[in-house]
Amino acid sequence: MKRIKNFKLTRKVFSYPYILFMLLFIVIPLVLILVNAFLDAEGNLTVENFKIFFTERSSLIVLGNSLLVGVATTLICLVIAYPVAYILSKYNSGKILVLLFVLPMWVNFLIRTLATKVIFVALDVKLGIGTVLFGMVYNYLPFMILPLHTVLSSIDKSYIEAAEDLGADRINVFVKTILPLSVSGILSGITMVFIPTISTFAISQFLSNGTIFLFGDSINMKFEQGLYGVGSIMSIVMLVFVLISNFLMSKFNRNGAARGTLW
Amino acid sequence: MQTENIIELRNVSKVYDGKEVVKNTTLAVKKGEFVTLLGPSGCGKTTTLRLIAGFEKPTTGQIFFNGQDITNLPPHKRKVNTVFQRYALFPHLTVFGNVAFGLKLKKVECEPYFNKKGEVVQKYRKLTKEEIRRKVDAALKMVDLEDYGYRNVSSLSGGQMQRVAIARALVNEPEVLLLDEPLGALDLKMRKDMQLELMNMHKKLGITFIYVTHDQEEALTMSDKVVVMRNGAIQQIATPEKIYDEPANAFVADFIGESNIFSGIMLDDYKVFFCNTTFECVDKGFKKREPIDVIIRPEDIQILSPEDPKAILKAEVLSCVFKGDHYQITTLANGNEMVVHDTASVNAGDMVGLYVKPYDLHIMHKFRIINEIKTYMSAENEVEICGGYFACVSDLPAGTPVTVKIAFADVQITDDEDDGVLSGTVVSSIYKGSYYQCIVRTDDYYDFFVDTKDEWLKGDRVDIIVAPDKIIIEERAEEEAESETD
Repeated sequence: MKRIKNFKLTRKVFSYPYILFMLLFIVIPLVLILVNAFLDAEGNLTVENFKIFFTERSSLIVLGNSLLVGVATTLICLVIAYPVAYILSKYNSGKILVLLFVLPMWVNFLIRTLATKVIFVALDVKLGIGTVLFGMVYNYLPFMILPLHTVLSSIDKSYIEAAEDLGADRINVFVKTILPLSVSGILSGITMVFIPTISTFAISQFLSNGTIFLFGDSINMKFEQGLYGVGSIMSIVMLVFVLISNFLMSKFNRNGAARGTLW
Repeated sequence: MQTENIIELRNVSKVYDGKEVVKNTTLAVKKGEFVTLLGPSGCGKTTTLRLIAGFEKPTTGQIFFNGQDITNLPPHKRKVNTVFQRYALFPHLTVFGNVAFGLKLKKVECEPYFNKKGEVVQKYRKLTKEEIRRKVDAALKMVDLEDYGYRNVSSLSGGQMQRVAIARALVNEPEVLLLDEPLGALDLKMRKDMQLELMNMHKKLGITFIYVTHDQEEALTMSDKVVVMRNGAIQQIATPEKIYDEPANAFVADFIGESNIFSGIMLDDYKVFFCNTTFECVDKGFKKREPIDVIIRPEDIQILSPEDPKAILKAEVLSCVFKGDHYQITTLANGNEMVVHDTASVNAGDMVGLYVKPYDLHIMHKFRIINEIKTYMSAENEVEICGGYFACVSDLPAGTPVTVKIAFADVQITDDEDDGVLSGTVVSSIYKGSYYQCIVRTDDYYDFFVDTKDEWLKGDRVDIIVAPDKIIIEERAEEEAESETD
């Protein structure tokens, strides 16, 4: 009774709903995955699941493919998004145009992907790696443009003037000031595109007619088949990759004022 | 063309969004000079500097560097370097990297050699790492930051960042160094130290400094030549002594140091009337009974006993405040407030005699003696002035071109937005002994001169009221309609 009496509405209290949410939907599922990873179908403790995953050639190929698709998607997104974000950051009206780039996100991604597939089929385009990459880039491009635009439009104009003043022509201004000053945006863009692409499912399945199978799809399938153990192992492998990429990003971003990651 | 002017602006103006920030400015800077552009914020001094640096292109006019037209040359090709107001040090580079930035981009001439055909070949190369290191070290040494090369710029104090910014500009050996309020962000003591250091650097390097500041003391202390600006126009170009002793107009006098400014009338050569008293002066050549401004520096007024035969004015002491090295004495003479600086104190309430040497009365033409606007009648007994409709006494029909005249004292200003028909912003307010002369700028940039008893602050939003019978309406010929009034 005494505790309830002493209850005060402090700032801390407002974090309780989120802590509860995190416990229910993040911590407990993670623990379940960890537990599942060491249990066999009968519920006995085992490391068999690890053996199955790491000795099965096909699952490793799927992992490799996923990483390749992830890297390719990220690179394509970066190459497309940087000039767009750079040009948009120069204009006041850029914000509205950025909104236009982000607008497709308002449509559910399954609907979008299915619609893309229908268009490809109608145009008689052969579904395969090309269409999968297109779908990935289409889905994740806004996640690259947004952080880049934010960083690029917040660069103080006086840095550019200072560089010009010190003898830098347009190319040197870009290479020596704008590019290094936007590194934090590039890194958060990469993180926001790479990690979802390696874990996504459905896009590759739909846009390759099920011929290209990525890691996310593979986990999805394992759980559907009732192979909870192997599925959990794959989820953990995925998690490790996410952590590694986060770690690398924050290493790169030494001065990193932009984003605090896990490390 | 060889000239001794390293920078020359010829009839340069700059328009932003229809507003003229720099108006038809002509300015010459000699090699090796320390020139200061001085003025209140928004007077166009920074824009002038940016025009010289090349960050802005003039709307009209030309800029010359050593006699060469550089009006359209981009900033990276100009042999000037800038120290920015908030330093603009690159956050992604160390102190060394910042200073070396310009050197890494620089190309220097190699020894010319003869090719097979016997022609002289001039090749350019980049500076070697060793050369860059030596130069950067020397520059950092000059600003007393020898051991700071490896530091991150974000770890530096304001004064240190300032020094890095100066080193970064000077390391490129510019012929002209532009400084945009470089000491603005520093505390008082640091600012004084840096003033001396900058002056020493200027002496040692012998290059031209163009310095922008709103601090009149800084300008007077440091410069060889001061350029006083206001509303985009140059008011006076002169040495600090001359600016102080012989200000060109009431604005300069008010802006530089303290001064008593009075409205008066020139009675005759060497005779001026103000404060209900006739004074002797050393000025001549004015029109008879021409209205003028008189400026007297507080330290040029002598306090005597009221019976002293030398005393020109009798005044009552209102207050006497100790200011460290002098007393600031406010007196009331014939209804006009006069501020005097003296080393001896007097008691409030005392009567004193005041004396000013004829030489110390500075007499200046008035910039304007009446508000004059060319406009049209909007209806009978109503005239349009700067977008507002004023009631007036005139039976001229609507559409008649007219010249409207309103005396300064007949314009009333109020801060009640609903009262007036025309609003504006107070852009200047100068105390003239017994009243304030304000300039109210309307939204379409007409400046109303207003004499008022009340003190208004710069930036105050006010409404303008004029009594109908105080508006003087004169019909004018239609062909004049094209020419705009100032």
